[in-house]
Amino acid sequence: MSKENCIISLQGVNKVFDGTTVVDNFNLDITKGEFVTFLGPSGCGKTTTLRMIAGFETPTSGKILLNGEDITKIPPHKRPINTVFQRYALFPHLDVYDNVAFGLKLKKIPCEKKGKPAFRHLTAKEIDEKVAHALEIVDLDEFEDRDISTLSGGQQQRVAIARAIVNEPEILLLDEPLGALDLKMRKDMQIELKEMHKKLGITFIYVTHDQEEALTMSDTIVVMKSGEIQQVGTPIDIYNEPVNAFVADFIGESNIYNATMAGKLKVRFLNHVFDCIDDFPVNEKVDVVVRPEDVILTVVKEPSKDKVTGKIVTKVFKGVHYEYLVQVGKAEVECRDTKDRNVGDLVTVEVEPENIQIMKKDVTNNIYTEAWINNKNQVVIGEDPFDCDVTKLLKDSTLSEDGYLIGPDGKKYDLNDADVIAEIGLDKIEMIDGFDNGDTNGEIVSVVYKGDHYQVMVRTDDEEDFILDTPYTWNEGDQVSIKVLPQDIKLMLKGDIAKYEVE
Amino acid sequence: MVKKIFGQCYIWLILILMYLPILVLIAFSFTKSVNVGVWKGFSFDLYSDLFRSKEILTALANTLIIAITSALVATILGTLGAIGAFYSSKKFRRAYEFVNQIPVVNAEIVMALSLAIMFAALPSLIFHTDLRSYWTLLIGHVVLGAPFVYINVKPKLQQMDPSLYEAAIDLGAKPRQALWKVTLPEILPGVFSGFLLAITLSLDDFVISQFTTGPGLLSAGDPKIVTLSILIQDKIKKGPIPPAMRALTTVIFLLVVLGVVGITVFRHYKSKKAALASKANRKRRRAY
Repeated sequence: MSKENCIISLQGVNKVFDGTTVVDNFNLDITKGEFVTFLGPSGCGKTTTLRMIAGFETPTSGKILLNGEDITKIPPHKRPINTVFQRYALFPHLDVYDNVAFGLKLKKIPCEKKGKPAFRHLTAKEIDEKVAHALEIVDLDEFEDRDISTLSGGQQQRVAIARAIVNEPEILLLDEPLGALDLKMRKDMQIELKEMHKKLGITFIYVTHDQEEALTMSDTIVVMKSGEIQQVGTPIDIYNEPVNAFVADFIGESNIYNATMAGKLKVRFLNHVFDCIDDFPVNEKVDVVVRPEDVILTVVKEPSKDKVTGKIVTKVFKGVHYEYLVQVGKAEVECRDTKDRNVGDLVTVEVEPENIQIMKKDVTNNIYTEAWINNKNQVVIGEDPFDCDVTKLLKDSTLSEDGYLIGPDGKKYDLNDADVIAEIGLDKIEMIDGFDNGDTNGEIVSVVYKGDHYQVMVRTDDEEDFILDTPYTWNEGDQVSIKVLPQDIKLMLKGDIAKYEVE
Repeated sequence: MVKKIFGQCYIWLILILMYLPILVLIAFSFTKSVNVGVWKGFSFDLYSDLFRSKEILTALANTLIIAITSALVATILGTLGAIGAFYSSKKFRRAYEFVNQIPVVNAEIVMALSLAIMFAALPSLIFHTDLRSYWTLLIGHVVLGAPFVYINVKPKLQQMDPSLYEAAIDLGAKPRQALWKVTLPEILPGVFSGFLLAITLSLDDFVISQFTTGPGLLSAGDPKIVTLSILIQDKIKKGPIPPAMRALTTVIFLLVVLGVVGITVFRHYKSKKAALASKANRKRRRAY
């Protein structure tokens, strides 16, 4: 990215609220005229980052440069940046015209007065022309005199956009602007926003948690998680070459497996060795992503020896294609196919080498994305229940005697069957000799010496791997039990807790 | 059926209890008798007495001047206080709210006495004299009204979408302009009802007036400003209520009724107007 084309540059930006780091060492250069999307789950820091660019928040540390000039400390009303707010924030006491003209009426432009440079307000005629033009861009030409309260959600959205672009900002910030619209309207607005971006040539910075929206509209997507950038790239890059399991899981549908490099350009998952095109050291633990549309299914009469064979367990008609779920041993493979097959069919599962995306595994933690909570409020990883502290899922919550989670506001939640992501630190797993002494048991499949300790991988009967650090030597093939203290299992709920609320 | 009749009776009973005394008073304002209850034929004499009595008219003018000026000051102070507290840190806001709550629940006599002592003690230290005037009366009424204005404005600030202020700033408004052009119009209904409440409180206040009143604007020769409530109180002490008061009460009551009906009709008209997307806005635009 060349320096002169970079319109805004965030350099080592941090934001800490009450001791919690919300944005962590954020570095990004945005090119002039680009459509950039900050994408991530709620609470990932994307809105905070946007607010720092707008000037509503000041970074705790780091710098924000606009056209090479430091604007970190400049208040929002002096920045050539305008925002389209999440709930529009239109001024209810003004009509459409006055809302759009709000910024123009405050603006002062340089002029000459008696030969001396001075500033003047825009004339009524200039304002009229600019407002009319902005309303034309958003297709609201005839709406100048309407009261805000008489407009539909979509029309209010358009007024909010007109109100921002009429000031001809260098950067337009959009904070989940389509969140309040219904699905069809959202789709239409996506296309319109994209066209507007092309027409205006302004840099757009867009914040959303909707991956489809991000893929449709952006030139560049910035995927964020817990205040950190996970990946920056074009939609195609992000979709096809996610750098880690989080990005792959967040963007689009995907099959993600724990895998091991079985040889040069060979990777082992689903109990089978596949050819691949990514080069990783042999025996390295990796994550593998296979997109559902890249899975090739072939109906066979009997299980094949040299191919992965599974059974179709569900089938959903989706219009253009069918969605199948294929059970392979204990793993599941999601597939998309235009051919009609039947539930119960025996199929082979194949994937072209270039469609297997291999990602370096993050081994600072054991992460189990398919975990769930059972009716005893234990977290089930693979098939083994572990005691855990579910009250951590909701701040200040408690557990009632009959096993419901009680929120600080008195709301009751039934977490039975809730899907969660469980995280266990490498140093939090205790390994005990012999069977049945812990929460689950398995076999040591690898021992790697890491300088001052060993990193041991234990594989349980149901093919879950637990990686742990230990100072002692163990041997591959040892049968061990493993134990985790309830407070050492970090849980993250998939989706909003509201859907588990009970009356 | 019985229940329905009982319900109707109950409502009528309450209404009669509320309005009968006023209606009796209105009826006897049209007869020239010293005591209510003795009908001495229909006449407008009391009304002509009323508008000829300099004493009553001065008291009325004093009351209105104090009510309007004190309500204006209380509205400005209360509104600024509410805005200031709303945008302050939580700790400061709690402290402010607590302090604001005390005058609201406090007995009026306590406040009146404290003010009187303050106006007597402080100036006597500086000027060696007790100082009471129009201004002390005004301060008393402002102290009475401001906390209620605060209470009326606060919920409007809480209801306001916080991004409205940010949107104004984002569009280039300085913080003060944003406050003036966006926050104030949003909380205006609260400011207005606070203003009306302050007027009402001031109009019929007796306790604070009695303790803080001094030489005034309209009756420069008098030792103190006489408001209506003070005047009536004075008259009662010496004998029967002056009959002209009945006429005055009737006039005040009718004005209030007129005001309430007016506001109701205006609101009705406004909501009707809002329903039809109006074309009148076009004229307003340039003036903004």
